This record gives sequence, C-alpha cells and structure tokens, in this order.
Amino acid sequence: MLNPTSSPLAACLALLAAWGVVGLAGLLRPRSVEFAGRTLFPLGALCGLALAVVAVRSIALPPEQVQLLIGLPDLPFHMRLDPLAAVFLALLGAASAGISVFSAGYFRRGEGALPGLLCLEYHLFLASMGLVVLADDAYAFMVAWETMALSSYFLVTTQHRIPDIRRAGFLYLLIAHLGAIGILLSFGVMQGGSWLFTFDAMRAAQLDPQWASAAFLLAFFGFGAKAGLVPLHVWLPDAHPAAPSPVSALMSGVMLKTAVYGVLRVTFDLLGDPQWWWGLVALGFGLFSAFYGVVFAAVQTDMKRLLAWSSIENIGIIFAAIGITIVFHALGMSALAALSLIAALYHCVNHAFMKSLLFLGTGAVLHATGERNLGRLGGLIHRMPWVAWLTLVGALAIAGLPPLNGFVSEWLLLQAFLFADTVPRPFINMLLPIGAALVALCAALAGYVMVKFFGVIFLGQPREPTLAQAQDAGLLERIGLAWLALACVVLGIFPVQVIGALDAVSRDLLGTQLGQGAAQWWLLAPIPARGASYGPLALLLAGAILTGLTVLAVRAFYHQRVRRGPAWDCGFVRIDARMQDTAEGFGQPIRHIFQPFLRMSRELPTPFDAVPRYRVTVTDWVWHAGYERIGRSVRGVADLVARLQQGRISTYLMYSFVTLIVLLWIVL
Amino acid sequence: MNGLAALTQLLEIIFAIVAAPAFVGWVNKCRAWLQNRSAPSLLQPYRGIHKLFHKEAVIADGASGLFRAAPYVVFATMVAAAAIIPSMGTRLPLTTAADSIALVGLLATARVFLALAAMDVGTAFGTLGARREMMLGFLAEPALLMIIFVAAMISQSTSLPIIAERLTGETMALYPSLAFTAVAFTLVLLAENARIPIDNPATHLELTMIHEAMLLEYSARHLALMEWGAALKLFNYACIGITLFVPFGVATEAQGPLGLVLAVPVLGAKLLVAGAALAVLETVSAKLRVFRAPEFLATAFLFAVLGLLVHLLLGA
Repeated sequence: MLNPTSSPLAACLALLAAWGVVGLAGLLRPRSVEFAGRTLFPLGALCGLALAVVAVRSIALPPEQVQLLIGLPDLPFHMRLDPLAAVFLALLGAASAGISVFSAGYFRRGEGALPGLLCLEYHLFLASMGLVVLADDAYAFMVAWETMALSSYFLVTTQHRIPDIRRAGFLYLLIAHLGAIGILLSFGVMQGGSWLFTFDAMRAAQLDPQWASAAFLLAFFGFGAKAGLVPLHVWLPDAHPAAPSPVSALMSGVMLKTAVYGVLRVTFDLLGDPQWWWGLVALGFGLFSAFYGVVFAAVQTDMKRLLAWSSIENIGIIFAAIGITIVFHALGMSALAALSLIAALYHCVNHAFMKSLLFLGTGAVLHATGERNLGRLGGLIHRMPWVAWLTLVGALAIAGLPPLNGFVSEWLLLQAFLFADTVPRPFINMLLPIGAALVALCAALAGYVMVKFFGVIFLGQPREPTLAQAQDAGLLERIGLAWLALACVVLGIFPVQVIGALDAVSRDLLGTQLGQGAAQWWLLAPIPARGASYGPLALLLAGAILTGLTVLAVRAFYHQRVRRGPAWDCGFVRIDARMQDTAEGFGQPIRHIFQPFLRMSRELPTPFDAVPRYRVTVTDWVWHAGYERIGRSVRGVADLVARLQQGRISTYLMYSFVTLIVLLWIVL
Repeated sequence: MNGLAALTQLLEIIFAIVAAPAFVGWVNKCRAWLQNRSAPSLLQPYRGIHKLFHKEAVIADGASGLFRAAPYVVFATMVAAAAIIPSMGTRLPLTTAADSIALVGLLATARVFLALAAMDVGTAFGTLGARREMMLGFLAEPALLMIIFVAAMISQSTSLPIIAERLTGETMALYPSLAFTAVAFTLVLLAENARIPIDNPATHLELTMIHEAMLLEYSARHLALMEWGAALKLFNYACIGITLFVPFGVATEAQGPLGLVLAVPVLGAKLLVAGAALAVLETVSAKLRVFRAPEFLATAFLFAVLGLLVHLLLGA
C-alpha cells in the first residue's frame, strides 16, 4: 500500500476518506447542531485545506496511479492523480475550506433535515467530488458520479417539506440521470471493443473518427447536463436556490466544475485526438448558454436564482473557451490552444471562489432577514457591513473588473479569440471574432447583473421595516467569506504564478505550454511576440497611489467640512423606500431590449383599481417550448398505451387470444 | 531613455488632469458659437470645480462609505486610464501593466462604482440614472472592445503603444476597416460621455438625464471630483480616438526628447479639432428617447463588427 507521507495520491485519498469519517461522525449525535457545527465542519474545512495544499504541490509532479483494494467484485477501483486532477482537487479543497468554515456557523436548528444527517450528506458530497476527479476507470467514475448526484439531491431537498423544493430536487435528479446515461454510453463507446473499462484502456483504444465523435457527443451531452448548458439547464435555476446556501455554493462553485473536468478528461485525455468541429459544437453551446444565462440573470427577482442563472453564464464562457481550445488544438496551433485551455481552467478556478462567495453572502442575508426576494431587501450595507463589503469583492470580481480575478480569465480568453485570425480555415476565422463580440457582450451584461445584485440588496434604503433588525454574520461566517474574498484578490493579482501551475495541465494534455519567457514575475505576457501584457499588481498599486494622492491633495488644499442632511433627490419632499428601483425595475431595460428571448406575462394596473397591482413574470422559453412539449408528447404516448389497459379481464384474454392467432399464423 | 519614458508618463498624467476641464470648456464654447450664444470662458469649468471644492459637503443621511469613496475611485481610475493612453508618446511605463483590454476594464470599473454610488442613497432618480447608465454601459462596452479589436488585429497586439506605433508608421495606408470603426467609435463616444443625442450634459430635466441623475446627491468636493472625472473621461475618449484613428505626431521611441516637445502642440491641435467636431455633432442632432439609445448603440456595435469582418475579408 502507498504511504500518504511520500505519495500525494495516497494523501489525497486519505483526506477524502477523512471527509467520509467526519461525515459518519455526524451520525453519532445527529440532533446536535453544536457538535456538527463547532467540531465536524471545522474539521472538514481543515481536510479541505490540507487537500488543497497537497494538490497544489502535486500539480507539476508526474502522474501517479494506484489500484485500490476496494471496489466491485473483480473490478478494483483505479485512481490516478495527474495535473488536471490536481487542479480540480485544489479547487475543491480550497473552495470547500471556506464554505465549510461558513457552514460551521450557518446551519441552525429546525431547518429541515437533522444536522448530523446534513453533515454526513455534505461530507459525502465533498468526498465523492474528489473521487470523481481521481477516478481512473469507468466503474469508479460512475460510482463516484452517482454518489455525488445522490448526496447533492438529498442536500437540495434538505427542506423537503416544501413542495417546490421537492419538485426542484426531482427535476435535478431526473436530468442528472439523463446525463449519467450519456456518460455511461460514452464510456461504452470509448472502450473500443476491448471491454476493459479502465481509462488506460480507453487511452490506448483506437477509435474510428465516427465513433470518436459519437463518444464525444455523448460525453458532451452527459457532462453538459451536469454543467447546466442550455438547453439542459432547466434544473439549475430551481435546484441551486432550493438548497441551503453553503450547498448552493458547493454545487455552483465546485460541482459544476466536475462536469468541466469530465469534458476535458474525455476530449483531451481519453479520446486524445479531437476533431476541429467538436470545438465548434462546444463553442456554440457555450456562447449561447453564456448569453441566455446572463440575460435571464438580469431579469430575476430572487437573489439566489439570479446567481444560479449567472452560473449558467459562466459555465457557458468556460465551455466557449474549451471549444476554441479544441479548434486550435485540432488545427495544430499549439500556443493558442494552451492559452485558451488555461483561460478555461483559470475561469473554473475563479468562478469557484467568486460564486461561492456570492452564494454564501446571500446565505448570510437570508439568515439575517429571512428574505430571498430582492424586492424586500435593501440598505443592508449599514446593518451588515462585513457581509456587504466582502460580497462586493465577489460582485466586482464576477463583473470582470480589474484588478480582481474575473478580469484575468476574461483577458486571457479575449486574447485567445483575438489572435484567432491565423486559423487556416477562413470560415472559422470569420466566426471567432463574432464569438469574441458575444463574450464581450456577456462580460458587460455580467457587470449590469452584479450592479443590480449588489445595489438592490445592500445599497439604498431598506425596503421593509423588519430589515432594521438584521444582524451581521457571525465570526465563523465572516472567516469563510473573507477566505473566499482573499482568494479572489490573490488570484487576480498573481496571475503569473497561477498560470505557472496551470501550465502543467496544458503540458500534460496538449503537449505544449504557455511559458512565460523572459517576463517578470508580476507581468502577465502569455504570447511574448504579441507584445500584449497585463500587470495587475502594478495596476493596483498605480490605482491605489493615485487614489491616495487624490485624497491627500483634497485634504491638503481644501477644508474637510461635512454635514449630514436629508437626501436631495431634485427637491422632492417625500422620499420613501418604495420610490427606489425594485429588482423588476432595474431589469426593465433588459426585458425591453431582449424581449424576443424572454417569455413574459404581465399584469398591469388600470386607473380604476382600488389596489393597483403590477406583476411581471418572466419564464424560460426552453422550458415552455421544449420540456413541456416533450412532457405532453410523453403523456400522449402513455395515454395511447393506457387505452390497451382497460382493467377488464375479458379484454386481456382477448389480447392473448389475438396474439396466439397471429403467432400461429406466422409459424404456420 | 528610461528617464524620458518616466517624463512622458508624468507629463501625460499632468496634461490630462489639467487640460481635461479646458477641453470640456472648449466643447461648450464651440457649442455656444454654433448656437449663436455668447460663449462662456474656457476657464469656466475650472471656476466651477474651484467653487465646488470650497463648499461644505452635504451628505445624505442614508449614505454609506461607498458613497464617499466612489468619487475618489472614479477620479483615480480616470487618471490611471489617461496614463495608459499613448496620446503624447508611446513610451509609457504603465502601458506594460495595462493594455487596451485593461483600459476598457478600467473604464468599466469607474462606471460600476458610479452606478453603485448612485444607488447608495436610495432615491428614485439615483437608481433610475444607475439603471440607465448600466444599460448604456453594457451596450457601449462591447462596442468599444470591438473597435479596439480591429486596431489590435491590424497591429497584431492589444498593447496600446504598439497599436499607435503601427498605425503611425502607415499614415498613408488607408484601412477601410478603420473607417467603419471610426463611425462606431463616434457613436460610442457620444453615448459614453452623456452627450446629445443620448443624454444632455446641460440638462437638469429629471426624466431625460442619465449621468446627471447619478450625481444628484453629490455636493462640494465629491461633486467636484465627479465632474472632473467626467471631464477626464471625455478627454480620455478623445485621446483613444486620436490614438486609434489619427495617431500621427505621437512621440515614438526613435524620436527622443524632440518628439515629445513636438507631440504636445500636435495633441493640443488634434484635441481642438476633435472638440469642435463634437460640438458640431451635438448641435446638428436632436436628443433621442432613452429607449432609442439601445438601437443607437447596437448600430455602433454592428459597425464595429462590420469593421472586424472587413478587416478579415480584405486583410486591411
């Protein structure tokens, strides 16, 4: 057996096992919030931190394999730690460390499932995500994948007494399993007739181009369902808000990334030789999801639903980056392939921290106010300064503003798109700049969404009198938020170091690396010949110095007199909280501009109403035109079948008789 | 040479800070002339800023720290943006830290802070202005990026000094793609700087304003910084346009100190022309309804994309 002190893979497995043990320990005292919260969740966070450290240190090491003694009869589990797995493990460990610390202070008595049970599900969820990333054969992968789906299903339905939440959980489980079928079939194709289901066998298998394409498309369908690509996204805006906030954070921040991991693993490692048109498939679905997601995010009125739609956008951007990676790689443009792969990975890591931070922020708000509806929040920056300022970091990061982390991945992706004019195929050449335009549009819309999100929740006047009693988050919750916010800042300011680590993945998967050439440690210059560079630390310092100088100059030359007074608002005397923009109001330009994409029903007041009511509901076209139609046709078929089933024994005897006659006729 | 680079950098920052209000004053003067009014002095914006700095700041009761920090952040961001646009010389130390994409990012940062500050007090007009500003922003930002992409594809780099040098070196070469993007850029400039036909910088009529609505709660030194920041923004946009479309006369690496000495009057002359042209554009057009603004900016976006396609098709 391997020794955990010398082998990073063994250390990772030991830590995943430790998560399992921590989870099981929750069953010792299932009703005690204190035991789960004060002891077990912090322990889980420590495991996560250790996992992140081990994984980061092993990114640049050569791959390591082990065959476990456990598993199905005659089918031992294979595990493998390579740079790709290490990056996703590091992401899982580091993000979950923050989320677990937050959870330690978050879960309260009387919120659905028992705390001990919750602790078990939560840690099983974490461990299964780790196993998905480490699995090196199809069986181990599917077992881990299903454990992940089931444990997260139970976490989503924590408050199972609410019918909507049960429905959201069911939809999630349904689509997760549709996806799992796709993945399973894809593995079936990839074994290539050898009937060996280890990943090594799949790497060695020589597939026909058609079969390879079939395997890719099946895997893309399967992982796309988990990632929430449009049109398989319908579960996501329901399931993420239904779960408790730390679970939403894990699902959005980490679980969606396992699907990204799966696509990368299948495309670049198991199939190994992607065809260029696969890239266009990924790019098309990715860009459409990004755009669709961000438009819907902008019109949401529920804060967690808004974030869920924003996750669809970010996943879309990641898939677009993967798409151009495939195109570049298949056409032999190695430097650009490495650049776009690193952009995809960087965005995965970034999104894990930003989105977890925002979801946890909404969790703190939810606990303090009991409100998820943006229309009943507002002004919380005064009552909850810690949560507000830390959430602001996440909001600015996800809006892609320099010098935070969201901007770095956006910058890398745009660089990759921008220098695609050297692609030897003219029509791709034309297509990619349009892609760049869409990415730019989505990034700008993300800024809109985040101003709405932050502005409506934390700024302005409180829209309800009860908000005056809101309490800031507790110490553990603050630590969790601060950890994630710090990660957003550090990932934004030291891109060279992060890319240095991610380069190992590119070396392993694509056979090329970005390299940094002679550039300095603070200056990001991915393709030196292009002369484009970005130095966030210098930019931040310049900005800080300029701001400081401005403050000092104003202080030195002018007086500092300040008076507080009522708001001016163009001289209107009576201003109340109702006069501010609501979430609906803030989304109105988007509803107006993108009308064809949205399915709206409006209820407008007339001048004679005693109690005027204004209501607008925006629903998803895909759900209405796709899923409901499929549902209706399935029902129609079922009704046809049901006609056969009359429940009268004479009819059934009649069927038997007719069948017998027909068979006899065929035989004779 | 390194000393010269630092000097160029410093000179450019100081020139931007000092000249930005004068540029606004010049545009106002031209507008007054065109409209047959007696023109205000070029120094009028300075007087306004000076007056505001001496007033006592009144801050609304419900304002948070964000409200007070935003003017400084917006002003500093605009100065940082001015520092990386090679309007005078192409040897700017800060441009290694921020390329054209980062420049667009900086402008977006300023916009987000402005919008958040406008929502902070929680008044009807503030949130209305913030919403409209973000609406214009999400349309104008990708258009601006596309415009920059065309120049970046021509010069094979997103670094602004490289773009400027490459385009200066071929003053005589005519790029049809740049002609399309120049149209797009003009539209973006008008929208982003709250000019007619999108917004009216001179109005305080509640329902028509965007930029002014966001500044309603500001007073005294905070308002002065915001006004100065807005002037810097207009100045920056003019300089971006100069860099992308008429970069000749900018001091390149080869020219040494003499180039820098020459570059200042050349830049001044270009700004005078740009300001006069802006005044003409504003005088001959009427203000659009707010909901025509998306069409206006979509046109800009399409022109920029067209420019990109023209570049890819013709290679020029």
